Amino acid sequence: MDWIAIIQILDSTMRLATPLLLACLAGLYSERAGVFDIGLEGKILAAAFFSAGAAALSGSVWIGLAAGMTASVFLSLVHGLASITFRGNQLISGVAINFLAAGLTVVIAENWFRMGGRTPSLTGDARFQRLTLPFAEQLADVPVIGPLYSVLLSGHSILVYVALLCVPLTWWVLFRTRFGLRLRAVGENPAAVDTAGVSVIWLRYAAVMIAGVLCGLAGAYLATGLAAGFVKDMSAGRGFIALAALIFAKWRPWHALGAVFLFGFLEAVANRYQSIDLGGVTVPVQFMEALPYILTVVILAGFVGRAVPPKAGGAPYVKER
Amino acid sequence: MATRRLPHWVDVVFVPLLSILIAFVISGVVIWYVGQDPVRAVQVMVNGALGSSYGWGYTLYYATNFMFTGLAVAVAFQARLFNIGGEGQALLGGLGVALVCLYLPWPHWSLALIAATLGAALFGAAWAAVPGYLQARRGSHIVITTIMFNFIAAALLNWALVTQLRPTGSMDPSSPRFPEETRLPRLHEMLDLFGIPFSRATPANVTLLVALLACVLVWYLLWRTRLGYQIRAFGHSEQAAVYAGISPVRITMYVMVISGALAGLMAINSVLGAQGRLVLNAVEGAGFIGIAVALMGRSHPFGVFLAAMLFGFLYQGGGELAFEMSIPRELVVVIQALVILFTGALDNLVRMPIERVWAALQRRRA
Repeated sequence: MDWIAIIQILDSTMRLATPLLLACLAGLYSERAGVFDIGLEGKILAAAFFSAGAAALSGSVWIGLAAGMTASVFLSLVHGLASITFRGNQLISGVAINFLAAGLTVVIAENWFRMGGRTPSLTGDARFQRLTLPFAEQLADVPVIGPLYSVLLSGHSILVYVALLCVPLTWWVLFRTRFGLRLRAVGENPAAVDTAGVSVIWLRYAAVMIAGVLCGLAGAYLATGLAAGFVKDMSAGRGFIALAALIFAKWRPWHALGAVFLFGFLEAVANRYQSIDLGGVTVPVQFMEALPYILTVVILAGFVGRAVPPKAGGAPYVKER
Repeated sequence: MATRRLPHWVDVVFVPLLSILIAFVISGVVIWYVGQDPVRAVQVMVNGALGSSYGWGYTLYYATNFMFTGLAVAVAFQARLFNIGGEGQALLGGLGVALVCLYLPWPHWSLALIAATLGAALFGAAWAAVPGYLQARRGSHIVITTIMFNFIAAALLNWALVTQLRPTGSMDPSSPRFPEETRLPRLHEMLDLFGIPFSRATPANVTLLVALLACVLVWYLLWRTRLGYQIRAFGHSEQAAVYAGISPVRITMYVMVISGALAGLMAINSVLGAQGRLVLNAVEGAGFIGIAVALMGRSHPFGVFLAAMLFGFLYQGGGELAFEMSIPRELVVVIQALVILFTGALDNLVRMPIERVWAALQRRRA
């Protein structure tokens, strides 16, 4: 394998990791505040459809992005209503949201476009264009670092850079602000936060809303950046891979970046090669596809470094009387 | 708080019915939004699913699948374990059925049925046992592990079909056909014995009786055996159960094995009964519908039976909607989601106001 091939795989890793990263950070906010979110998948899917649909109808990718984020935040509100206000089961609510998105996107897509549950292909301003970083063309011919800069770092859509910036931002918000401290506290010991006179309900809603915004970005990138339009079930389990990455990262932002790059890399390799020959042993492509899930189970089982979720995760908070 | 306790019938009948009603009304709004008439949609569904023996055949076929997967989720719910892995367990059950039917000779369908039952149950149980063990011994959250196992199962089945079971030269990723002797009797053949005419074109088969038997056996297990009592006690309060000498590890393992076996059994109906071979998409989401069925059936086998019939009706009727009214099949997924949302997660939305009304009534009476 030569340098260019490696760069190409890493370049595609970057693209594939972006929706995972955004969804993973979404889950991070929600779960750090004590609200399990297995509805990431559904929110990504809903955002993907509404961003592509609105972009196709309006011709503007920014209107698409707004529509996608609105859809995702709406589903977050449903999740908040069920799991915070009505103290329902957060896991069941997540399952319902996934199905709601899977069904509604196709039913509405068929109604709007009559193309068998797809949107028309997006072109021009209805898609996120690739940004060329400064000097990318001049540096392209420089050996080694040329391709590194002009292929790997330059030439992505703006959402890729937004996603990358979200990592330090999330770290800063969670670990360097008062809001972040309270948000983490509410996921570990909500009664203590309540005693301090801070609203548990409000904090959890805030976290769930942030998760909605980030999933909205993930879905919009999927349908208007990575692909050119929506197709049925296009999230294809990414919400669950993001969930896996979140566990892999043990609910920490920088580790999340590492985890999604690992999982994105696996996907990129699986896309490029049908089977991989490792010194006489042939690894089937299906194994590569299953590897993120297998790794997550291994991590969860605590055989390699134990993953301990936030303590109050999954439990609705009932104020003492 | 004592006055707030609802009578039993309100709890198990009235609240769920109201929740389902809300789910259906919102589904009606969706139908209206896509420019169709909800009343006509209901007529088309009733007619398509129950108006002919052909419709009934499909309704019963789907209901059979959902009884198995619904029971699987319900048994786990009784122990307060959430098994989302029905889909993967059913896929593995399909693999078990295929291996038993392809590699062992069976002189008669009844023997093949017994063998397929064992194969499906064994494979499904094994696939559920791993997450069960990890939950019981290592404390890994069973919801996450069973989700992961669904994806691993899909990849495993894909690999098995593409590289191992597929006959050489075939493009289609599916196993060869099972031998003719293993073909299960279809519902119309069984009814012919009694002289009742029934459509010959439906996949409903003898597995329906196995599913009904499974409902009865699960009821017996949960309410008439020592293990069932322990399972329910464990689900009620883990601490109290431990105090009473019930081992959480043992109960978790038993429950997951039973749950996985039930999910796996679904494959007899679809893989052996309907298809006669193992295909890539053998489960068709039935594992997930089991969640809606169990929630709606309040985790009771009789409730699961009723809910499975309702979802069988929705599935067959939903297919007819796609034919007659150009409403996509996915509408059924929307209904399913709303049922899960309102009977499961938003249960308190209905329950809290009813409790308040009930408490007010009690006060007036007192």
